Amino acid sequence: MKTVRPAPQPGKPRLTTSAMIASIAAEGQKTRPAPFGHALVELARSRPDVIGMTADLGKYTDLHIFGKEFPDRFYQMGMAEQLLFGAASGLAAEGFMPFATTYAVFASRRAYDFIHQTIAEEDRNVKIVCALPGLTSGYGPSHQAAEDLALFRAMPNMTVIDPCDAHEIEQMVPAIAAHRGPVYARLLRGQVPVVLDEYDYKFELGKAKLIRDGRDVLIISSGLMTMRALEAAQALKDDRVDTAVLHVPTIKPLDTEAILREAGKSGRLVVVAENHTVIGGLGEAVAALLMRSGIHPAFRQIALPDEFLDAGALPTLHDRYGISTAEVSRQIRQWL
Amino acid sequence: METATKTLTNTPALADRAYNIRRNALRMGEVQGQGYIAQALDISDVLAVAYFHAMRYRPEDPSWEGRDRFLLSNGHYAIALYAALIEAGIVPEEELETYGSDDSRLPMSGMASYTPGMEMSGGSLGLGLSIAVGMGLGLKRKKSESRVYTLFSDGELDEGSVWEAIQSAGHYKLDNLIAIVDVNNQQADGPSTQVMGFEPLVDKLRAFGWFVQRVDGNDLDAVIAAFDAAKSHPEPKPRMIVADTLMGKGVPFLEQREKNHFIRVEQHEWQLALAALEAGRQP
Repeated sequence: MKTVRPAPQPGKPRLTTSAMIASIAAEGQKTRPAPFGHALVELARSRPDVIGMTADLGKYTDLHIFGKEFPDRFYQMGMAEQLLFGAASGLAAEGFMPFATTYAVFASRRAYDFIHQTIAEEDRNVKIVCALPGLTSGYGPSHQAAEDLALFRAMPNMTVIDPCDAHEIEQMVPAIAAHRGPVYARLLRGQVPVVLDEYDYKFELGKAKLIRDGRDVLIISSGLMTMRALEAAQALKDDRVDTAVLHVPTIKPLDTEAILREAGKSGRLVVVAENHTVIGGLGEAVAALLMRSGIHPAFRQIALPDEFLDAGALPTLHDRYGISTAEVSRQIRQWL
Repeated sequence: METATKTLTNTPALADRAYNIRRNALRMGEVQGQGYIAQALDISDVLAVAYFHAMRYRPEDPSWEGRDRFLLSNGHYAIALYAALIEAGIVPEEELETYGSDDSRLPMSGMASYTPGMEMSGGSLGLGLSIAVGMGLGLKRKKSESRVYTLFSDGELDEGSVWEAIQSAGHYKLDNLIAIVDVNNQQADGPSTQVMGFEPLVDKLRAFGWFVQRVDGNDLDAVIAAFDAAKSHPEPKPRMIVADTLMGKGVPFLEQREKNHFIRVEQHEWQLALAALEAGRQP
């Protein structure tokens, strides 16, 4: 028999789900609009081989900005993700460089075989750029791509990137274009926070960067969790906990040298923080690397649980599943 | 446009090519003792017309930019395409005996990275038409005269992705795309029309904006006429040739074998099959 959830308690104040694509920016946070769309337009001015393609999600992946600027280089493939990636393979075979966009759930779950066979196996130069990575929608599991990194990490030939903010997305676009081969990149769209510009940060494909150093804790993180890690590090400072943050935007291939160098420094608690299920993402990649290399620091993971996540307001869900700034600092304090 | 392979227009010359393709396929089948041999025999006439009448390519340069592309969506028909690629001089004949063995460039299922002249990796069904749509769009962007040919099977009509591609090819009016669907009415679990009915196929495809012809895929004259019409048709529409074929065509005892999606042919039967093919050859 079907079981449903108990009805909510009356009288308790509740946040509402603002939208399917709720912004991850905190109130008052510095943001930039549509960094991917603008960066792609910039790239396309000097790269006539750049093509934009989407499956009815141009507006929701910021690709509409490219489509407006280069209407004859933009292909609307309709709500058909298998076709989107198969056709992207065909265009790449003819020498073009398609940037194909949809939501992360549809690329990783619905079109996986098409990407595997027509793009990865054939090593086609297709850039797959996907919005709503991990838990960035309160819409429920249909739109929460908690397992996308695990799936694409497992795919041979695929480069996998989880950028942190608008600053990084702008730098990532020309960098993945300069790399010949298939790429899966997670996308933050709309009003995207700007964080890393204050740290003199520059994105390099395949490179992890130490954003801040610290003696007590090393947080290894990717994507928006680096933003959370930096905020948590600030909060932990008030408790005299000195926290380093190693940002690992390229999930595959992993920058093993930087990770081993930082995790190998003795005396620090190592925490891997990711906006992804605890299975198969950055945390397990780092854990396996450390085990293989004989480096055994105290090790913890901050990640989404292995379960279908709730629908609801994003701040509520980020608290509930431990990836909000407050929850990151709370967990780290508890582990020290 | 330069073409290194002589375009054959007379039916007897194409019948010779079709015979050689069938013969190559049987010889490869003998190496493995099994295979999708009945499909290879049914589609040999279509491949003969494609490779020796319709398409432009250079055998010595399979990646020549000016070539017509051929996408084998039904990767298990690789044995048939290898037979045609050998006949076309794209794959050396001596590789025939490596078919399906370790380190061969002719694996059981067609893959782009293994074989000269193989433009896609099949095996997983329903991929080819989507790639063909992208190639068709790409060739138009390049203002290329080349066409995209893609062969797929009636069983693939079960795949939703095939209809995504059919709809989009109509939407984009891809008149440089010529698709051939092999209606041999046989898929893994039985007759295709019983596994999942797809008729009235011609009406459906026309409703999606395609120029559609349905022909006996083992009647060379009809196949030649269909390819010619597909190339010269004036409307800005993608072109579909629905080819009704007979599994095992040319080898009577295989034509009659039931459940012949993946047939096992006994060791002594290969020579019998080659002899039967020879015996049935038109003078």
